[in-house]
Amino acid sequence: MSSGTNNDNNLYNHGEASAALKAAFPHSIPVMGAYFFLSLTYGLMMKSNGYSFIYPMFMAMVIYGGSVEFIVADMLLGSFDPLAAFLVAFMVNARHLFYGLAMLSKYRGVGKKKFYLIFAMSDETFAVNSSAVIPRGVDHGWFYFWVSLLDQLSWVLGAMCGGLFGSLIQFDVKGIGFAMTAMFLSIFADNFSKEKNHASSFAGLAASLACLLIFGPDDFLIPSMISILVILTLAKPKLDVFWNAQEDEK
Amino acid sequence: MTTAQSIIVILLAALATMLTRFIPFIFLPEGKKIPEFIDYLGKVLPAAVFGMLVIYCYKNIDVTSASSLAPEIIASCATVVLQLWWKQMLVSIAGGTIIYMVLVNLIFV
Repeated sequence: MSSGTNNDNNLYNHGEASAALKAAFPHSIPVMGAYFFLSLTYGLMMKSNGYSFIYPMFMAMVIYGGSVEFIVADMLLGSFDPLAAFLVAFMVNARHLFYGLAMLSKYRGVGKKKFYLIFAMSDETFAVNSSAVIPRGVDHGWFYFWVSLLDQLSWVLGAMCGGLFGSLIQFDVKGIGFAMTAMFLSIFADNFSKEKNHASSFAGLAASLACLLIFGPDDFLIPSMISILVILTLAKPKLDVFWNAQEDEK
Repeated sequence: MTTAQSIIVILLAALATMLTRFIPFIFLPEGKKIPEFIDYLGKVLPAAVFGMLVIYCYKNIDVTSASSLAPEIIASCATVVLQLWWKQMLVSIAGGTIIYMVLVNLIFV
């Protein structure tokens, strides 16, 4: 900590803030590009579903979680089911619980900025902030703040542009909704290729498919989440052995 | 869904997302040990949830119609292959979506 514990004073210290912005910007560029284009697609999709650009923009600001925004966009077309929306958003983003655990100490002593840092901790922002080597003399709090803000701004801007330009595009955007399928398939394939044990991946696919066939497309998410939790709990003794072995390898 | 209902759904999804981000900072101050079961779920849950999201995407598919099934299958395979080769999520998402749009607008009309 270069600047003591009371960083709230630094809200007014422009030199420190701009030095941190200079350091943070290069770290944010890849995420900014990816976010802009992905949320552009999401904005286009919302537009083709018949929503004003205000919707994707508002969702990008308050939810700020790509997977959940795509799912909510889809749920808005169905019947009103607030409980399912809440539970799905919680399960889908449950991984963020663990990002928080990893950032507990790094986000200490950053003053009032901490609230925004936690609010805006998306997957990619977590990845950048948890792994970045912050140059000497640069304020940690401001560095984290700029990475978080630049990432979210690109996401919001992309959603807004998608929503706005969706109405200007002349060609048929039928099928743009496949972006959601493509996104989840890529995430799944990426994770599948990296994990050494596929038990949980298969359990998720099988349990959800079974629930879809039993409960139908409108009511299968909550039973799927419950059965996934039950299966993983029952399988804990077996999977624990595997995970512990993997940890020992490291 | 009415506008009010849509806003309720959006705000609840936002609340749930924020809970996942704020809970660790509220309940687990630094130094406190993470319960073992929570730690276990942290390792295994994401993969299963990704599987569930994949199934979610295909929930309304019409398995009886070859012309609606074919573009889904072709574009899905393309997405997975792109992801495994390029390992760039943006490439796989853009590639898969473009292929799907070409298929449904020009070929399986």
